[in-house]
Amino acid sequence: MELDPLILSRIQFGFVISFHIIFPAFTIGLAAWLATIEGARLVTGNTLYRRVFDFWLPIFAVSFGMGVVTGIVMAFQFGTNWGVLAVKTGSIQGPLLGYEGFTAFMLEATFFGVLLLGRDRVSPRFYFFSCCMVALGTMFSSFWILANNSWMQVPLGHTIVDGKIIPADWMQIVLGPVQMVRWPHMLLAAFLTSGMCVAATGAWYLLRGVHRDEGRVMLHWGLALVAVVIPIQLFFGHLTGEYVLKHQPAKFAAIEARWKNEQPAKEVLIAIPDEANERNLFAITVPELGSFIASGNFTAAEIGLESFPREDRPPVLIPFLAFRLMVGMGLIMLAVSWLGNLLRWRGKLESSRWFLWGTFLSFPTGFVAILTGWYTAEVGRQPWVVYGLLRTRDAITPALTTNDVLTSLIVYIVVYWLFVSFGIYYIYKLLRDGPRGEAMAIANVTASRPLAIAARTEPAVDADARSKR
Amino acid sequence: MSELHPSNLALFWAAVIAVSILVYVILDGLDLGVGILFGSTRDEDHRLHMMNTIAPFWDGNETWLVVIGAGLFATFPVVYAVFMGAFYLPLLLLLVGLIFRGIAFEFRYRSVRMRWLWDAGFFLGSTVVAFVQGAAVGALMRGIPVANEQFAGTSFDWLHPFSVLTGIGLVFGYALLGAGWIVLKSEGELRDWAYKRIGWLAAIVFVILGMAFTVSLTVDVGAVAQSHLRERPWGLVFTVAAIAALGGVVMGARARRDGLTFALTVVFILTSYLTLGVMFWPYMVPYSITVGSAAAPDASLQFLFYGGVVVLPVIALYTAGVYWVFRGKVQRESN
Repeated sequence: MELDPLILSRIQFGFVISFHIIFPAFTIGLAAWLATIEGARLVTGNTLYRRVFDFWLPIFAVSFGMGVVTGIVMAFQFGTNWGVLAVKTGSIQGPLLGYEGFTAFMLEATFFGVLLLGRDRVSPRFYFFSCCMVALGTMFSSFWILANNSWMQVPLGHTIVDGKIIPADWMQIVLGPVQMVRWPHMLLAAFLTSGMCVAATGAWYLLRGVHRDEGRVMLHWGLALVAVVIPIQLFFGHLTGEYVLKHQPAKFAAIEARWKNEQPAKEVLIAIPDEANERNLFAITVPELGSFIASGNFTAAEIGLESFPREDRPPVLIPFLAFRLMVGMGLIMLAVSWLGNLLRWRGKLESSRWFLWGTFLSFPTGFVAILTGWYTAEVGRQPWVVYGLLRTRDAITPALTTNDVLTSLIVYIVVYWLFVSFGIYYIYKLLRDGPRGEAMAIANVTASRPLAIAARTEPAVDADARSKR
Repeated sequence: MSELHPSNLALFWAAVIAVSILVYVILDGLDLGVGILFGSTRDEDHRLHMMNTIAPFWDGNETWLVVIGAGLFATFPVVYAVFMGAFYLPLLLLLVGLIFRGIAFEFRYRSVRMRWLWDAGFFLGSTVVAFVQGAAVGALMRGIPVANEQFAGTSFDWLHPFSVLTGIGLVFGYALLGAGWIVLKSEGELRDWAYKRIGWLAAIVFVILGMAFTVSLTVDVGAVAQSHLRERPWGLVFTVAAIAALGGVVMGARARRDGLTFALTVVFILTSYLTLGVMFWPYMVPYSITVGSAAAPDASLQFLFYGGVVVLPVIALYTAGVYWVFRGKVQRESN
C-alpha cells in the first residue's frame, strides 16, 4: 500500500473520529445514568444515591470536555481533507452538523451549567429537571450526527444540480427510515457502554472492599439497566442488518464474507478472509444458516461479492471481523447482565468473587462494541463516501500533498496520545479513588470549562501546590 | 441568486459569519493576548493574577470559532473547503495550540514540578494561535488561488514574508489587546506592569504594520494594491481611525484611564477589521469567490435559519451574561 494523501487522510479521519466517538458515547450514557439516579434520589430521598450522583458528575464533566475538544477537531476535518465532499454535499451535511453544534452549545450554556454549579441554587425538582434536559440534549446532539451519517449511508431527499448534491426534502434527509433505526441503535449502545462501566466500577469497589454502599448501588443498577436494554439493542441491531441488506447488499456480503452467490447460503461463523484470492481461510461454517439470517428461511438465494464489479466492492476483512467483535461484545453484555441478575435474585451477587471479576473486566465491552460497529458501518460503505453518489477517492482535497497529511497525522497521533491519555488517566483516577463526599463549589468556573472541575476535584498530587500559590 | 446579487438569506449568513469573526477576534484576541504577555514575566504572582483575569471567559470565547467553522460549512461550503485547504498546516497549528493552551490553563495549578511545562504550553499555544491567524489574514490579502471551487495553491503559500509580518503583527496586536484587558481587570502592581508595556506594544504594532505596508509596495506588489480600497477611498477613514486609536491607546495609558485605554485597543482591532472588509467586499475568498457565488442553496440557508435565530441570540446573551457576572476588577487570590 503506497502512502498517498487519500489513504493517509482516511487513516487520519478514522483516528480522530475513533478518539472522538468514545467520549460523546460515554457522555450520552452517563447523562442518562445521572438523570436516573437523581430521579431515584428524588423519589426515595435516599442520600446514598446523592453520593453516587456526586461521584459520577465530575467524570461526566471530564468526558463532556474531552468530547467538545476532540469535536472541534472534527468540525474542520471535512474541509481540510475532504474538500470536494464539503463542496458537493456541504449544503446538506453542513446544516446537519451545524444543528449538532447548536444543540451542544444550548446544552452547555443552559442546563449543564445548572448541573455543575447549582444544586444549592435551585430546587431539587428543577435540578432533576435539568438532569433530564442534559440527558435529552446529549441524545438530541447525537441525533444530528446520526442523521448526517445515515444520509451518507443511504442518501435520500436530495437532487443533483451542476454536480452538487443539494437538499430537496429535509424531512426525508433528517427523518429517513434508516435514521430511525440507526439513531436508536447508537443511543442504546451508549446506554450499554455506560451501564457496563457503572456496573464494573461497583464490582471493582466490592472486590477491593471499599465504598461498599456506593459500589453495591452501582453494581445492582448497572446490571439491571444493561439487562433491560440489551434485548432491545439486539432487536435494533437486527433492524440495522435489514437496512444494510436492502440498501447496501455489497456491505452485507462483505460482513458475511460471502464471495460467491449461494443457494442456500452458509454462514461463516469465523474465518480469515483472504481478499486477494477471494476465499476464506480457516473458516468455520454452518450450512443454510446464512440464508436464514439474511432472509428468514433456510433455502433462500443470497448474493455474494462476485455479483458486484470489483471497483464497487468494500474491503472484506475489517467489516467481517469488526462485526463479529461487536456481536461478541453484545453477547458478553447479555451473559454478564442476565447472569448477574440471576445471582442477585438468589442473593449471591456480592459474594461471587469470580462474577465480580468478570463484571469488572468487561468494562470496555461497550466501547469496543461501539468502535467495531462504526468500523463495520464506515469501512463497509467503501468505496463510497456518500453511498452510490460520491466515491471516497474523488472526495479528497485536491491540493493536499502526502507530506501535509503525514505531518498532520503524526501531530494528531502525538497530541491525542498526550491529551486523550491524560484525560483517560484522570477519569481512571476519579474512578479508582471513588466517592469522596460533596463535590466542591468552584469559583470562576462556567459550564464551558468542565476540565476545571476535574483539575480541582482530583485529590492533590503534590499537596503543597495550593499553599505555594 | 446570482454572483452579483446574493439572496437576502446569503447576506444574512454572511453578516452572521462576519460578526462572529469580529467577536471572536476581540474576545479570544484578548485572552490570547494575556497568554502572550504571560510569557514575558516570571513573577508567579503576576502570572496567577493574569490567569484570573481571563479564567471565566477564555473557553466560552472559542464557541465563536465553532460558530465560524460550522457556519461556513453549512452556509458557504465552497469558502469552507477553500479556506481549510489553503490553511491546512496553519489550521493544524491552531487546533494544537488551542488544545495545549486549554489543558495548560486547567492543569498548571496541579503541579509545582511540571508547572514550567504547562506555562510554556500556555505561552507558546497562545502565540502560535495568534501568529497563524495573522498570517492567514496576510495570505488572504495576497489572494487565494482557486480552481474548480478548490484551493489551487501549495502547502506553504501562506508563509510568505508579507504574511509572516502580518502574523507577527497580530501577535503584538493581541498582546496589546491583552494588556488593555489586564489594565481593565486588575489593580496594583500588575496594572502598573501592563501599563508600562502598552506604549511599547502600540509602537511595535505600528512599526510592523508599516513594514508590512512597505513590503506590499516593494517586494510583494499587489497585497494592498489589488484590494478594493482604490475604488473605495472612503474606506481609508477606517485606516486613519485605526492609527488614531493606536495613538489614543498610548495617551490613555499615560493618563492611566483604564476603561478608555482598553476601549481604544478594541477600537483599533475593530477599525482594522473594517479596513479589511472594505478591501475584500464582495469577496469571501479574495479575490476569487464572492458571497453570492459561494452561498449554499436557499433551501439550506433557510433550514439553518430556524435554528440560528434561536441559538445565535442565546449565544450572544450567554456571552454577555458571563462577562456581566464576572465584571469588575479581579482579586489576585481568587481562582
